[in-house]
Amino acid sequence: MLKINDLHASVEDKAILRGINLEVKPGEVHAIMGPNGSGKSTLASVVAGKEEYEVDKGEIILNGENIDELAAEERAHKGVFLSFQYPVEIPGVSVTNFMKTAINETRKAKGLDDMPANEMLKMIREKSELLEIDRKFLSRSLNEGFSGGEKKRNEIFQMAMLEPKLAILDETDSGLDIDALRIVANGVNKLKSKDNAVIVITHYQRLLDYIVPDYVHVLYNGRIVKSGTKELAHELEEKGYDWIKEEINA
Amino acid sequence: MDLKDKLVSSFMAFENSVDLDAPVHDVRSEAIKSFEDKGFPTKRNEAWKYTSLNTVLKHDYSVFPKQENALEYSEIKKYFIHDIDSYKIVFVNGKYSSHLSQTTHDGIDVCLMSAALTKPKYRLIIENYFNKAATKDSLSSLNTAFSQEGAYIHIPKNKVVEKPIQILHFSTGNESALMLQPRNLIVVDENSHVQIIERHQSLTENPVLTNSVTEIFTNKRAIVDYYKIQNDNHKASLIDNTFIKQKRESHASVHTFSFGGQLTRNNLNFYQEGERIDSTLKGVTIIGDKQHVDHNTLVHHIEPNCESHQDYKGIFSDKSTGVFNGKVVVDKIAQKTNAFQANNNILLSDKASINTKPQLEIFADDVKCSHGCTIGQLDESAMFYMRSRGIPEKEAKALLMFAFSNNVLDSVKIPEIKQRITKIIANKLGVNIGFDL
Repeated sequence: MLKINDLHASVEDKAILRGINLEVKPGEVHAIMGPNGSGKSTLASVVAGKEEYEVDKGEIILNGENIDELAAEERAHKGVFLSFQYPVEIPGVSVTNFMKTAINETRKAKGLDDMPANEMLKMIREKSELLEIDRKFLSRSLNEGFSGGEKKRNEIFQMAMLEPKLAILDETDSGLDIDALRIVANGVNKLKSKDNAVIVITHYQRLLDYIVPDYVHVLYNGRIVKSGTKELAHELEEKGYDWIKEEINA
Repeated sequence: MDLKDKLVSSFMAFENSVDLDAPVHDVRSEAIKSFEDKGFPTKRNEAWKYTSLNTVLKHDYSVFPKQENALEYSEIKKYFIHDIDSYKIVFVNGKYSSHLSQTTHDGIDVCLMSAALTKPKYRLIIENYFNKAATKDSLSSLNTAFSQEGAYIHIPKNKVVEKPIQILHFSTGNESALMLQPRNLIVVDENSHVQIIERHQSLTENPVLTNSVTEIFTNKRAIVDYYKIQNDNHKASLIDNTFIKQKRESHASVHTFSFGGQLTRNNLNFYQEGERIDSTLKGVTIIGDKQHVDHNTLVHHIEPNCESHQDYKGIFSDKSTGVFNGKVVVDKIAQKTNAFQANNNILLSDKASINTKPQLEIFADDVKCSHGCTIGQLDESAMFYMRSRGIPEKEAKALLMFAFSNNVLDSVKIPEIKQRITKIIANKLGVNIGFDL
């Protein structure tokens, strides 16, 4: 599904990623953990195609195709989805119209006609129920005045609508109370299949109780310094990151 | 000979060519003197500091309309809001085109200025209203001096006019350069309601300069909604002078959509002559190349307990330039005034510019007046957010621009106009928007 080879990336000449190697296979859930400033969000943005980041070296391969040079929308068309840590407020564009545009543009890129309106409505109804989203919410301006939890639920709703092959959840758990966390995690789990993959970026073990990872990686100073199974997440929760830093520096 | 001299020396011939009764004749003679004294405004004039007429005045305009050039409806249908039933007053090269128009005298008068100025039955209205709202500035005076043709609309009291009225001006390039001076008079009596759509369209690349004056009187509790669609080609310029006098409890709104033209200047003036009046001034400007759009607004709060709402959005690309000069005057007696003004702009290029200037003159002490202006770029994080959902750059940009303009479009009461404006914007941005805003 996704193969990242020796990826180096920088922003404004400041190196942030310093040689990432990662392979994610279909059906897998990978968690990426690590202290603040280790490069987790940068990795998510680089894979999604944010132009501010310069890829200095290495490659990002999605289903056998190098996607380094592709624009963000082209990556989305190929099935990459990023759930934002801070979803952007877009006044004047309703959630529904935004989703309609996103879906139909993706279909257009694949040479398909627009999704028929009734099919779209049905899908919106199903997916909003999955995320326990009130219908009234869908006619509101995208993310405008949404609470933290509403924003994150809305991100996963978009993921449900777009049915990506590779979903990257960037700190989707931050700002969520326990109920919202359960709804979001439940949504993600329902969307999981043997054909798609999820990368969960998080500080805390908490979310991983709900979305259980097959692999856990620790990112530190722009590199993956340790990989393991879900037990590694528990260990990190218990002991913090200092022991890893010591291990590296030793 | 420059344009001013040409106009002044043509005045006598113009006067001789039209059959007029005394009152209007005197008004015209006075007006040409006023124009002769003042001349065209220059950048030395504070109100014209950011808009120069030099380039548009240099053409050798023909100043008298010749006979109408035949146009077929099919050629120009697209410039009408044609999916609604409406009255139409259509001019081609400044002359009334009867076969393209649909006027009426059935309970209301939707007809021609030339008729109103000459026929005895309109005399009282002309005496009471003609040139009673327009100011004596040079361009309005020039229009007054040559006022002859345009729309005349009189809605007697207690009439809700169901069909909107479209006023359209076409120029066909039958002159190498053409100056047009349409003059509209709109009088809406007590409790009546009317909706008007105005558009100017040049059909060739020959330069056209339009200096238009529209006087609107909304009497007690009347409602007037006016839509100006400015999407002319790059060789056409428009100076629009609109004056609205409102009596108590009346509502008047003007929406100005400026997407085209070489130079467009909107002088929009509201005078609130009664209590509990509501005035709305809204505009969306989206221009590029070397286009120039200038909104010069005035709301004069003369009586207490009135409201005014101004909301202008501008999006400027390439080397285009914009001006917003919004003046609000609140007289000492006009207590409890609520006056709002907003002007928000997006610059899409380093070479585009906007000069925005709120001007508040408040002499009353118990009022709520707010104003705000912003100038920014397109939000990059919003762009990435949308693109990461599969919306391509161009479409994402368009969506943001629609969103930016949306609260102006929102208050458009005729859905077909809203759809048309949405379509024009989408066309201009080269995108298909798959939903109605």
